[in-house]
Amino acid sequence: MSMHPMLSSLRHHKLTVFLLILQVALTCAVVCNVVFLVVDRIQQIALPSGLDEPMLSIIESQSIDKKQNQLARHDADLAALRAIPGVKMAVAADSLPFGDQESSYGTCATLEQLEQAAKLRSMQTNGCVQPAAYAGTPGELNTLGIHLVAGRDFRDDEYVDDDKVPAAILSAELAQKLFPAGNALGNTIYTGERKPIRVVGIVQTLVRPRLYAFGTNQLTMLFPSKSADSYIFYVLRSAPADRQRVLKAAAAKLMQLDPDRILPPEQMQTFEDLRRAYFQRDRTMVGLLVASCAGLLFVTALGISGLANFWVQQRRRQIGVRRAIGATRSEILRHFLLENFVIVSAGILVGVVLAVVLNLLLMKQYEVPRLPWFYLPAGALVLWSLGQLAVLAPAMRASAVPPVVATRSA
Amino acid sequence: MFGYYLDMALRSLKRNRVLTGLMVLALALGIGASMTTLTVFASLSADPLPEKSSQLFYVQVDPYPKNEPFSRSGKLPWLMSYIDAMNLLHAGRAERQAAMALSKVKLTPENAQQRPFFSDGVMTTADFFGMFDVPFQYGSGWSAGDDEARAKVVVIAGLLNDRLFGGANSVGRILRIGDQAFRIIGVLRPWAPQPHFYSLYLGGRDYGAGDAVFLPLQSARAIGQMPINLFSYAAGDKQKLETAPSTWLGFWVQLPNTEAASAYRSFLGDYVRQQVALGRFQRSDAGLSSLMQWLRDQKVVPDNVRVQMGMAFSFLLICIVNTVGLLLAKCLRRSAEISVRRALGASRAAIFMQFMVEASLVGMAGGLLGLVFAELGLWCIRRQPAEYASLAQLDVRMFVSTFAVALVASLIAGILPAWRACAMAPAPQLKSA
Repeated sequence: MSMHPMLSSLRHHKLTVFLLILQVALTCAVVCNVVFLVVDRIQQIALPSGLDEPMLSIIESQSIDKKQNQLARHDADLAALRAIPGVKMAVAADSLPFGDQESSYGTCATLEQLEQAAKLRSMQTNGCVQPAAYAGTPGELNTLGIHLVAGRDFRDDEYVDDDKVPAAILSAELAQKLFPAGNALGNTIYTGERKPIRVVGIVQTLVRPRLYAFGTNQLTMLFPSKSADSYIFYVLRSAPADRQRVLKAAAAKLMQLDPDRILPPEQMQTFEDLRRAYFQRDRTMVGLLVASCAGLLFVTALGISGLANFWVQQRRRQIGVRRAIGATRSEILRHFLLENFVIVSAGILVGVVLAVVLNLLLMKQYEVPRLPWFYLPAGALVLWSLGQLAVLAPAMRASAVPPVVATRSA
Repeated sequence: MFGYYLDMALRSLKRNRVLTGLMVLALALGIGASMTTLTVFASLSADPLPEKSSQLFYVQVDPYPKNEPFSRSGKLPWLMSYIDAMNLLHAGRAERQAAMALSKVKLTPENAQQRPFFSDGVMTTADFFGMFDVPFQYGSGWSAGDDEARAKVVVIAGLLNDRLFGGANSVGRILRIGDQAFRIIGVLRPWAPQPHFYSLYLGGRDYGAGDAVFLPLQSARAIGQMPINLFSYAAGDKQKLETAPSTWLGFWVQLPNTEAASAYRSFLGDYVRQQVALGRFQRSDAGLSSLMQWLRDQKVVPDNVRVQMGMAFSFLLICIVNTVGLLLAKCLRRSAEISVRRALGASRAAIFMQFMVEASLVGMAGGLLGLVFAELGLWCIRRQPAEYASLAQLDVRMFVSTFAVALVASLIAGILPAWRACAMAPAPQLKSA
């Protein structure tokens, strides 16, 4: 079938064709970028923490008695918590993944690098990073279910009650960053204390308490340090079905042991609740973006099929003539489908350029990452199918026009 | 004549009910989405103190060494050291001035049944209340004398008063803060400027409920209250906040007119140069930003709100293009009708008007439906746990602008089809018909 009749008929509707191309182009640009934003957010929401999440519950205790020996308090609390039926393990920790509060330390692979970084007041120099450190009581690794890939857990004699730790366990990503040669285990790292810290273990995944930028979310380490802070998280490990009961029992037990403390009800939750709360905003954003994307595609489909409908009605006579001189139904159908394909393709061509421009703009303004190339053909595919679907009904109607129309006067 | 256009437009719209419905729906979706996000954006970027904001200025100086700057791009430190804040406060060169920091405050109710709890506290100086027009329900703020004497007095928010004293006049009663007794001298009416302009960088929330406890800065420090946010050089600085070069205070001044503002600016320049001469400072930059300028510079409106608004408006743009296309197709189909009217004596202007009336009818219907969508969208946002969720309310201004946007959008969409219709030559159309 030749393209000629179709192209010449399009030439008669320059303005409407132009508008349709414009609409498809804008839709293509916006949809590509929005879907990219949505996928980016969803990846964040589903980010693995490295913890055995379904087994964990958290309770935060804020002591208000300043004179109390917090270390002794935490030990007594933990002993009582471990005695609760259903609690398999319990530890005290100063911070948790998605817990929002983090302690981070400028950390370097050698002392010289640390001195250089201190002089420049920046951890952006070679061999230095700013990882988050988790301090916790013995057994933290097992209780949280963090998977050790090399080395060992801390020995009891390595634990201290400040940040002058002798040993550390690094996340695989941090180990790679500090020791690109892969020799992290057994090596030493340096923080602001300027004392060597031996790397005794490496864990596969452990995410920061607070996500910043892509590429830094896994920069974490564990310290064998008992927190003497009056604010502390108790992490309880139990069977998933026991979590609510265990939490309630734990709160009652803690208040009974020492009433001079605050247990904020919003910080008494399962780990899954903590994660849900942390990503609440992102989920809202995803919902809004998906809704607007669906709206956009809907409106575009509406425009395509509305215009096609008009064209069919307007050209009833011409269609009848073509049928009368021998065009088959399927040729008429194909004419309209092909016409739509040409228009949408032109729109996509412009739209791809617009999508890249829009992405560059977003990158400049809002630290959005670069749009991966495969979003463009994917977006094109979606718009092609949308166009074909939208035009199908009018095209069917066109193919149903009987040849006899040609003989009637308009 | 207008009535006649209206009648014609209605007839034409009725002839293609489904298409008209779809046009209205598409426009309404675009308008609903853009009005929802615009409302959120407008309430987030609104003036927190409309009566006073033009007189309020935020002061910044730079005590950082030249080779270890606060920021590489030359930005001034957000907060001020205690020494500079007190120097500027005591100089008293503005009509009013106050230094402030936020602090978590532990409160112990007198009532033994109520358990101790932590509350959001503001440590500040006497002028805070007068400068920000803070409304009092009972009592008043404290004086500069109370500041100097480290008086144990406190002003509490109405919400806290309701919680502790059942809303009764609690002036003169005792509130236990930490383990010290403070005398209540004032109770506020609900006061929570949005955004919380005075506590940017002090470690609090930018939007949402206001702070609960207001303490004289020196009195609070005397009982060991720590600021939430603190930028310091050395670890030991935390123990001597008053003398260390740590920055932890926000400093605001009230300057009633431009002369006062320029006078203060030159005073500030002199102060900074003097500090450079004394060797305390190495950079002689200083900042004096009006309230709205400060909010703009610090980009207080969350980025994702901006992204959403951009999204919604590109959506509206596509909806408008869509409407243009459909109206155009409709108008081209009616060339015979237009030609008959032209042949019977209708002027081009009359045809143009007729099509514009038709477009604006679509616009008004779209606006009406868009309003419903906008309310729906805002309702969804209010149900979110974001700090600013409760601000998402459609006010009269937004209500009116919804229709303005709808009308403008539809008129823009109508111009092209209307122009095509009136530019058509009637004769050939009549012949072929």
